[in-house]
Amino acid sequence: MATTSKTVPGASPIPGARSFLSRLREGDEIARMITFLFAASVVLVTLLLVFELWRGSALPRHKFGFAFFRTSVWDPIFDQFGALPFIYGTLVTSITALLIAVPLGIGAAIFLAELAPARLSDTLEFFIDLLAAVPSVIYGLLGVFIVIPLMRLYIQPALKSTLGFLPLFQGPAYGVGFLTAGIVLAIMVIPYIISVSREVLLSVPRDQREAALSLGSTHWESTWKVVVPFARTGIMGSIFLALARALGETMAVTMVIGNTPIISASLFSPGYSIAAVIANEFTEATGDLYLQSLIELGLVLFLLTFILNGLARLLILVTSKRGSETALA
Amino acid sequence: MKRIAGMILLAFGLTGILWADSTLSINGAGATFPYPLYSKWFDEYHKKNPNLQINYQSIGSGGGIKQLTEGTVDFGASDLPMNDDQLKAYQEKHSIGILHFPTVLGAVVPTYNIPGVDAALNFTPEALAGIFLGKITKWNDPAMADANKGVKLPAQDIIVVHRAEASGTTFIWTDYLSKISDEWKNTVGAGPAPKWPVGLGGKGNEGVTGTVKNTPNSIGYVELIYAESNKIPYGTVKNASGVFVKPSLAAVSAAAAGAAKAMPDDFRVSITNAPGKDSYPISSFTWLLIPEKFSDAAKRDAIKGFVRWMLADGQNYAEGLSYAKLPKEVVAKEIKAIDKIQ
Repeated sequence: MATTSKTVPGASPIPGARSFLSRLREGDEIARMITFLFAASVVLVTLLLVFELWRGSALPRHKFGFAFFRTSVWDPIFDQFGALPFIYGTLVTSITALLIAVPLGIGAAIFLAELAPARLSDTLEFFIDLLAAVPSVIYGLLGVFIVIPLMRLYIQPALKSTLGFLPLFQGPAYGVGFLTAGIVLAIMVIPYIISVSREVLLSVPRDQREAALSLGSTHWESTWKVVVPFARTGIMGSIFLALARALGETMAVTMVIGNTPIISASLFSPGYSIAAVIANEFTEATGDLYLQSLIELGLVLFLLTFILNGLARLLILVTSKRGSETALA
Repeated sequence: MKRIAGMILLAFGLTGILWADSTLSINGAGATFPYPLYSKWFDEYHKKNPNLQINYQSIGSGGGIKQLTEGTVDFGASDLPMNDDQLKAYQEKHSIGILHFPTVLGAVVPTYNIPGVDAALNFTPEALAGIFLGKITKWNDPAMADANKGVKLPAQDIIVVHRAEASGTTFIWTDYLSKISDEWKNTVGAGPAPKWPVGLGGKGNEGVTGTVKNTPNSIGYVELIYAESNKIPYGTVKNASGVFVKPSLAAVSAAAAGAAKAMPDDFRVSITNAPGKDSYPISSFTWLLIPEKFSDAAKRDAIKGFVRWMLADGQNYAEGLSYAKLPKEVVAKEIKAIDKIQ
């Protein structure tokens, strides 16, 4: 290979095959260094972020230690800070959102990619991309003016009368709360799931479908048993993108969650999320312990995202291995 | 193309030089509540003194105090006076003190949504504290019914709505509740973001109003300006003299006048539950926070000039924007205090 001075762009050079200077002259080395710097800056920014959050939260880390994660009192006047209700609220709203958004989003993506005529699919895709670009405050307003009254007047009473024996659906119907925040978040993340999943499904090779059809499967069987499993990793990716968005969403959540640090089994109860409390209290936080406790909440949110992303990777690893095993069997 | 870019750059450069040459720039940051009035003041004052430009960022009282302490702004503004710890922190960092100058007054009013009740409700201090502590849970509780004879209050659960984010409005509200209820003082206390015993949090005045409007049988609290400009129902509150007073600019100024006699020299005073039969009890000053010493004489003179103007002509803009004017006694005392700026 690369014996002449011209190399094919993109072909990987054999290390040490040519002198550093000749590679530098050709520009390969310069391009490598520049792109390496760009890639390294991402890692650098992440590390800097963690370092700053760590450094900025020294006071509460020393004062409360791990109790910060276990206690549920948040009282700036008497300088008591605990993160538990916020962690709980963040997780509950995000999980509720995914429970609603994943079946809807993937179902819509399958329809658009496999079943709908191309013209309809492309038109709908345009609207879905538009939805993904709507600022979150707009979704918050939608929540305040439409979802909250609907919840209070119709959905919550209906759930109470049918599923009221479950602790999930008990207590007064305020309209705001975990469930409302979950629904608004679901509306916000569905476009991401549809958009990414549709692309992934469309990129499944034609051979796969044709092979399934030639073996006598119906259109739906080839879609559900061949195409969707083939695209599984990408679909998972879209779900985790949605989860990341739901965990960090601030504006829309604070407008509909009720902003009360409560841990309650009922989805009707008002609650609070980490991102919302930081946004609400940061500007007026007086006193170092108060401010630094909010910064530590930021660190907690970062850790939460980190752990969930790690679990996601693990899940993809495990399922893709199992997938290939069943394929072999 | 290049020539055009060059000309634009040149134009910018020239205006930069002219600007720097003739204009003194003073920067402040802080409270959001008086921002509409402050921006009007700074604009009008700039028209009178084209050489002086005062910039103000309404980032919140806490943020204003923080930036002032860090020395990134020339003055701060706050809806609650700096406490002793904050003053000490400033003193340690800059080895000078901070002077408080009250500018105008605001009030906080209880607003509610009870289907079938159109009358302005009367609230006693005991009823307000009881409701916000979660002790009074029904609208037809005797504490409410006795003060509102002739109004048919429903036997419905009261839903309390409070501000979600830290705010000066909440400070005034909780400061009042701390004064009239020992239980509130000991279990919740006064502050911009307390640990609420009950209720839902709405973001901003508009968030509280929206939640109250959307939730039958709810009660919240908002700034008087906000309630008036948005035409939402609000109640009267029984003051320290036992009179139910309708919130109004005059009733707020009366509360300030009642407190003026006992005004401390540093102006750090809470006027909630003020004496006087015309006083509306949930009122407060809002303050400018100005360092005692300026190293730049031009800045010092400019700030002194502005405060003097604010206390005289500036006050005339207050009522047009629904802020209560300072009483004469307070103005006289502040004019004397201007000389403390060196």
